[in-house]
Amino acid sequence: MEVASLYNAQFMDHVAHPDYKYELDDPTHEHDGINPSCGDELHLAVRVGDDGRIEEAAYTGHGCAVSMASADMMSDLMVGKTPEEAIALCELFKNMITGDEKDMDKLEEELDEASMLKDVSHMPARVKCAELAWRTLAEMLKSNEAGATTTE
Amino acid sequence: MASSLTATELEALACSPYKRDFPLLAAHPELAFLDSAATAQRPAAVLDAQRSFYETMNANPLRGLYRLSVEATQAIADARDHIARFIGALDDAGSPQGNAIVFTRNASEALNLLAHTLPQIVELGPDDEVVISIMEHHSNLIPWQQVCTATGAKLVYLRPDESFCITDAEIKAKIGPHAKIVSVTHVSNVLGVQNNIAAIAARAHEVGALCIADGAQSAPHVSVDIRALGCDFFAFSGHKLGGPLGIGVLWGRPELLDAMPPFLTGGEMIDAVTETDAIWSPVPQKFEAGTQDAAGAFATDACLTYLESLGMESVEQRERLLAAYLCERLQERDYITIVGPAEPTRHISAVSFDVAGIHPHDVASILDMDNVCIRAGHHCAQPLLTYLGWHSTCRASVAFYNDKTDIDRLMDGLDRVWGIFNGSR
Repeated sequence: MEVASLYNAQFMDHVAHPDYKYELDDPTHEHDGINPSCGDELHLAVRVGDDGRIEEAAYTGHGCAVSMASADMMSDLMVGKTPEEAIALCELFKNMITGDEKDMDKLEEELDEASMLKDVSHMPARVKCAELAWRTLAEMLKSNEAGATTTE
Repeated sequence: MASSLTATELEALACSPYKRDFPLLAAHPELAFLDSAATAQRPAAVLDAQRSFYETMNANPLRGLYRLSVEATQAIADARDHIARFIGALDDAGSPQGNAIVFTRNASEALNLLAHTLPQIVELGPDDEVVISIMEHHSNLIPWQQVCTATGAKLVYLRPDESFCITDAEIKAKIGPHAKIVSVTHVSNVLGVQNNIAAIAARAHEVGALCIADGAQSAPHVSVDIRALGCDFFAFSGHKLGGPLGIGVLWGRPELLDAMPPFLTGGEMIDAVTETDAIWSPVPQKFEAGTQDAAGAFATDACLTYLESLGMESVEQRERLLAAYLCERLQERDYITIVGPAEPTRHISAVSFDVAGIHPHDVASILDMDNVCIRAGHHCAQPLLTYLGWHSTCRASVAFYNDKTDIDRLMDGLDRVWGIFNGSR
């Protein structure tokens, strides 16, 4: 039953009409994420402004509806966040889809639309798909914090 | 629905008389299991044999001097003979070449055994070539990539034509005078096509190369006669036949197995050991370091007995019809593209396909909700998918225990998937 509720109209809208699937102009960070179990590939780019907040996030690549819709919702959520806040949200998302965080009020408040992906916690085979964009973003921002180059 | 299958054939496929032999399928009539190319379901005969081994003859084979161990040892020897007969590995007098049957964990390990030992007897170097096909499973591809990296030999790929056929011209062009090892899959796990191993082996021998056939996808579905194939080695896995997980088989020409060095070393594979040296046991023990899965061998033996009770030819015939029906039904939908030959009768068990605009993982997830099990992804054959221009595909694969209903349920599920993604739920 989880599958039917996951592939709902709002979710399908992100699949059919993604808002953030394009090449970003002047990115400050770029990173590639791959899902080796299914060959999904994601190229994620963000631009952090002078105020230290994410001005824009966008992605390109190919993958299943779950990984692409998840990337779209994440890109929307990240605008205006600091890298530290973004990393914390990635952690919260991960805890949601692994079933470790079940507080729906908190999830809806902090993750907004992306909280609809909570049903993935009942679909172990799809966790890696949902997680791809968030894992890629966290890796990118963390390695940048550590002073490493993130552009691949 | 137009079908090339006759009414009698369709009637025969209507309801599987075999599901009752498979405890998992019998307990779950709601399941349409269409992923036998990944692993088959196990008949009760196999599960009973596995249990019976541990209950009645459990001991460490080969070394014990008491009766239980002797029985375990005999169980392995009997299994070797049975497997040899099953693939037509008979000597000139018609006796099974049991000692040319080496047990491994799976087909991958059998192929790795060859990739680690053969380069030592054929002495590969930068002027030499290893020939495989672009439709190899990673298990018959990466080991040879590694061999070529280590020895400097060149890896050459046989490629199929537009109709997914590796032609005689391609075989002649790619297997040339520099070829030393040729290793090709008998049946593709993605395309379902059967390759002409006899022609490949003949050409390999003409230029002085050894020929290996990967039988992981053929042994379960096609009557194998290694004398007719003419190859020097044949590898397959027990679990794709319905045997237990964790046991694989390598058959090799006895004189080659004798000449090859061991792969893994340790207990049970030596005749004598000194502080500085060791003398290997004869084949097959030379290649079987450590305690062997005697229960697995015994259960594999029981699996072959079960398949022979049905008759491999009728198994093959039923699976051909099921695969043809599957292919034809998929071809009815204009939103589906078959990735593989258009001729339904050329599919051995597996049919890969694409659902327009919908990622295979989404297809498989939604089908799972209807209890329809298919595979989605690159099927451990990424170079093939890249060559064909796909990132991933859906794959349905049949075994004799499937029936028409399983395939009809797949089609209903696919229509539902299409509806979800195209707004007509």
